[in-house]
Amino acid sequence: MERIAVVGVGQTKYERGKTKNFAELVYEVTRKALDDAGMELSDIDNVVTTTNDFFDGRTIACMPIAEAAGSYGRDATNVEGDGTLSAFYGLMRTLSGVYNTTLVTSHCKVSEGAPRKLFNQAFDPIYDRLLGMDAISSSALQARAYMHRFGITEQQCAKVSVKNHGNAKNNPYAHAALDITVEDVMKSPMLAEPIKRLDTSPISDGACAIILATEDKAKKTAKKPVWIKGVAHCTDAYRLGERDLTRSLPLETAARKAYQMAGIKDPSRDIHVAEVYDAFSYMELMWYEGLGFCGPGEGGKLIDSGATQMGGRLPVNPSGGVLSAHSVQVAGLARIAEAVLQLRGEGGKRQVPGAKTALAHGITGICAQTHCVWVLSN
Amino acid sequence: MGTRTAIVGVGQTNHTSKRKDVNGQELINEAVKRALEDAGLTLKDIDAIVIGNMDHFEAINVVDGWSVDGSGAFMKPIMKVTTGGSTGGTLGSCGYYHVASGLFDVVMAIGWEKNSESDTQAAISTCSDPILERDFFGGAIGPNAAEYAMYMKQFGATQEDAALVAVRDHNNAVKNPYAHLRKLITVEDVMKSPMLCWPIKLLDSCPRSDGACAVIYASESKAPKITARPAWVHATAVSHDYVYFGDYDWEKMPTCQTTVSRVYQRAGITNPLKDVDVMELYLPFSTCGVVWMEFMWMCDAGEAPKLIRRGVFDMNGELPINPSGGVLSTNPIGATGLIRIGEAALQIMGKAGERQVSDVRTAMATAFGSCYWFEATVLRSTKP
Repeated sequence: MERIAVVGVGQTKYERGKTKNFAELVYEVTRKALDDAGMELSDIDNVVTTTNDFFDGRTIACMPIAEAAGSYGRDATNVEGDGTLSAFYGLMRTLSGVYNTTLVTSHCKVSEGAPRKLFNQAFDPIYDRLLGMDAISSSALQARAYMHRFGITEQQCAKVSVKNHGNAKNNPYAHAALDITVEDVMKSPMLAEPIKRLDTSPISDGACAIILATEDKAKKTAKKPVWIKGVAHCTDAYRLGERDLTRSLPLETAARKAYQMAGIKDPSRDIHVAEVYDAFSYMELMWYEGLGFCGPGEGGKLIDSGATQMGGRLPVNPSGGVLSAHSVQVAGLARIAEAVLQLRGEGGKRQVPGAKTALAHGITGICAQTHCVWVLSN
Repeated sequence: MGTRTAIVGVGQTNHTSKRKDVNGQELINEAVKRALEDAGLTLKDIDAIVIGNMDHFEAINVVDGWSVDGSGAFMKPIMKVTTGGSTGGTLGSCGYYHVASGLFDVVMAIGWEKNSESDTQAAISTCSDPILERDFFGGAIGPNAAEYAMYMKQFGATQEDAALVAVRDHNNAVKNPYAHLRKLITVEDVMKSPMLCWPIKLLDSCPRSDGACAVIYASESKAPKITARPAWVHATAVSHDYVYFGDYDWEKMPTCQTTVSRVYQRAGITNPLKDVDVMELYLPFSTCGVVWMEFMWMCDAGEAPKLIRRGVFDMNGELPINPSGGVLSTNPIGATGLIRIGEAALQIMGKAGERQVSDVRTAMATAFGSCYWFEATVLRSTKP
């Protein structure tokens, strides 16, 4: 793969009930990403936006934010799904030889919708939807299946929540920075057994943008380029009954491909920091396994060991992760933005010292049906 | 320089107003199977899939995940792209860029829609700003009706001129076994059909259809092994207009002009009447087949009716437009733009059956939708 870099990133603060509208949020991060890269809109060849007609509450949801993303008069396109997929499509467009620079944006105001009902719309309209299935109830099935198979405890899941909410205190963009203990998580209200309120991510509004550039263009930008070494995505079966919910085969497949592209042999050694999509606390443990940070069923042991804490061997979610800010389709793009900040040494109080290779991960669909894995390096 | 990319397989459903015999996944699978059959491939050969439709028509969130049983994306990379009516064009571009990036060798783009499950115009109305414009920019017909009313006043064009376009496309569809509406009509039939929004009448207007289309893109190293005559992608381009309909320049259609000039430049086209052998255009109303011709470099301002009356765009004319019958005959919205690309590819590949134009070396397809989003693709029998 030809060398393509992330040369600019921009994020809003994530919070519930933002008063800015979609276009204003997208404009904020577009401007921030351009400033970050030391670029002007005239330097941008094409634009990839990310929308969801359900969360945005209108059809053709790419319309209202197009101008804010600077796409008027430019070649543009729109992805519906996690921001890691939009960024991947942006990478393809930059590699195609047609464009030199690509702006990728994602926005979501989860607080304006009814997220449980909107996620219910992802279920089969005839067989599953009327059961009231949603992100929390379906993830609870997955959590229970995973915990049962491997003997993972609720306390081990709670440790993820304690770690990530604590890390969020170092991230000025985070929504839910919390000083909590495992006991606090265990005592928080049960939403869908075994998932408790503090095992879940918040309802956040926000936006994120990144700019991709070819090697020639990247040399001329303001910040040190962060190179894309490997990217891959993969999708599981649709119906929950047809899937092994306890192991994420699409994640293992996507990670294997991304590592192969990036020349990563031992991910637990070769990756120095990871930002993963932990919509629920149990997910982070499962993603450790899928990403090869530990063996199958060893996610609980890994969190117990402290290896994924700040200061550990492989810090995961120094930003506080998705548990601390969840603007749905923004969340994966934010993982990439955070990985870029780490590789530039601009992580501030959440910086992992000396990070040279970082991993960013996104999911979409029921119980993370689709995974996308990015490996970046400075 | 990216990887040179060609279309190597096309499949589509038999489009109709209500496909009650299949659910969405089965509808998609019908197109997928036909595309694989056309290319002589199996699902194992497909490295990645892109899919698209308009969410509010079927009310299925995360369509990419839901589609797996029909699209065949199990344990494969799949992503969803959507831009409203132009989704099919957006899908074609997405398939192309997947391969052109060098990261995937064989990629399938799938567009689909089951309009029979939706209230199409009500869903489209929600694309307008909820506070400022939603109350009065309802549906898709109003803007194009206003566009042709202005054109008639400015250039002395008539409703019969638009009717000639409707007759051309509808009558071409008779030779397309996949088309939804297949009935020979006359200018008189069009003029007598019920008025929907003056000057657009029922037979000037596209139907809403259930249908799906799948197009397979392959890299330079794979394409010649898959088919003897691939349709090489020479250029794609797109542009869109402003957020608010009230800001548009209704007389100049800047998105059509921008996209077309960009794609002509990228493909080295200076005179489309001579340089292009066949076009599959996303004309949602017959009136667009009159007004937009000047923006596509076919003629000077206001001259399109003369060319249309002369039959320049008929099957035996200088530049046949819509041998398939076009959007006026078939409109499963999320698939419609991709059908244009698929039909243009079939013309290059010499597989268009009774609707084949002879000796096609250059073909062009367009898509149209949302905020006047206008996409175009140029295909050739020779490598770029």
